[in-house]
Amino acid sequence: MSHAEPTDHAAPRHPVVVRLTHWTSAVAITVMAASGLRIFNAHPSFARPGDPPFPLWPFEGTPIAAKLTLGGWLGGARHWHFAMMWLLVGNALVYLAHLARHGRWRTLVPLRGDWRDGIAMARFYLRLTDAHPHQAKHNALQKQAYTAMLVVGALLVCTGLAIWKPVTLGWLTALFGGYTWARWWHFASMLALGVLVLGHVVMVFAVDPYALRAMTTGGYDEARWSPVARNARPFQRWLPRRVAMAPAMALATPLVHATAASSPEVSHTASASSTSSQASTSSQSSTSSPEKP
Amino acid sequence: MSAPRDPNRALPPRLGDALAREHAAGRIDRRDFMRLASLLAGGALLSGCDARGPSSVRSLIVSVGRGNERIERWLYRPGSRDHGAPGSRVAGDGFPSYFISRTVPMWDASARGEWRLTVDGAVRRPLSLTLAELQRMARVRQRVNHYCVEGWNATAIFSGVPVATLAELAGLTPSAAYVDFRSFDAGYHESWDLDSALHAQTLIVVGKEDRPLPPAYGAPARVHSPVKLGYKNTKYLTHVTFMPERNGGYWSDRGYEWYGGT
Repeated sequence: MSHAEPTDHAAPRHPVVVRLTHWTSAVAITVMAASGLRIFNAHPSFARPGDPPFPLWPFEGTPIAAKLTLGGWLGGARHWHFAMMWLLVGNALVYLAHLARHGRWRTLVPLRGDWRDGIAMARFYLRLTDAHPHQAKHNALQKQAYTAMLVVGALLVCTGLAIWKPVTLGWLTALFGGYTWARWWHFASMLALGVLVLGHVVMVFAVDPYALRAMTTGGYDEARWSPVARNARPFQRWLPRRVAMAPAMALATPLVHATAASSPEVSHTASASSTSSQASTSSQSSTSSPEKP
Repeated sequence: MSAPRDPNRALPPRLGDALAREHAAGRIDRRDFMRLASLLAGGALLSGCDARGPSSVRSLIVSVGRGNERIERWLYRPGSRDHGAPGSRVAGDGFPSYFISRTVPMWDASARGEWRLTVDGAVRRPLSLTLAELQRMARVRQRVNHYCVEGWNATAIFSGVPVATLAELAGLTPSAAYVDFRSFDAGYHESWDLDSALHAQTLIVVGKEDRPLPPAYGAPARVHSPVKLGYKNTKYLTHVTFMPERNGGYWSDRGYEWYGGT
């Protein structure tokens, strides 16, 4: 890693508040999920006694493996859950305050045009196009995923309050369709967050492992490491290019030609796409780092 | 958080010392030192770890729980009401039955005399009520949810006497801040904060779905309130004792939250 040292002097990719709240929420969410699953195991079902089963295959009536749970027993798991919720919410408020200051939320929340850019990103990941689309700090798919995490997180907190205090906060419980449905929503949004987190972790390792360093020490060499500079796709090295491309190409050859003609970003680095993930051509990095003029 | 700021302090002493020596001798740089130290500190933290979580954190978690109780009591609204949703089914005999004795607790009148409900403690006029007297006083009939700590809920139609009515009859003294509900079910009891006990939906229940309370559900009388989780609602009731201090409870002493409010 010696070649990476000079970047430590550059401005950090993520401010220290973001790095701290990121790892704090990683711990808090893990503990909340594990203890929540133990709470679920006390009554691994959503149906009321005597009612027909609820639609949440395959979880209705199936306890979660004990190894994935925390707390040991229902009471212990509840203590973990109700203690960690303060860290989760407090940490989230610090982060949201940071986002609100100086309009930093703009780097994260999808704005107009991000749907189209998201499709372009998906096409690149699916090997339908050859060059990484332009992006600012995050690509459009990242923005959508990270914003979805915040939305789902807010839903988790609200449904959690609804089943914690179904009488005191009865209006909130009623908003989710009553206690039973609020519990279902709480569980379903936990699953959704789990999928988003899993996707996030897989993509970090598969596309931008340098992000781990950026999120810990802040060090990041945009020109050399960014996925744009490396034209990085998930599992690039695992799949021989032709094999990965074959089914997609067969389906979408006409589409590719149509977009290649109209979109300059697809054509200008088309030749670089076959290089390995370590490649960093100067032409790419100069066009792909809008934050570093 | 009680997590030590210096990761080295959380290490087993000999490992920590060895690491510090290596650092002082310049054999490892500051960055490696911090890396190894935090790695070992993490290991030390988790070494007291079983399925219930690291023991070092557990006491902290429980003390946060005591803070939660203050927030829950602040959130509590005497005016909040629970209603069994109009479309929801009354559980009836499907309502889960629970007691801690080996068999359904039954009051043996031949050995123990007639069952009576005693209202005593921090009151001016202690009461001793027969079942017939309670049934005559039972003017409240409510279709409410029962919230079990396990996560299920069920609707029942309970009729009975509000605890607030008994408190008024007995005349609370200023020192009454808690209530203990005691049973003849192998010593089962749970104490409550006075506010929750005086909630309009907190009843001494003598009837379920317009029939006398069946033995499986706590006959002859039980406490029921939607504002408390199931385990706080003592069945097979014998004593309602107003107190200046709380005295825990069967499940509260075994690790569930004492407050157990909804």
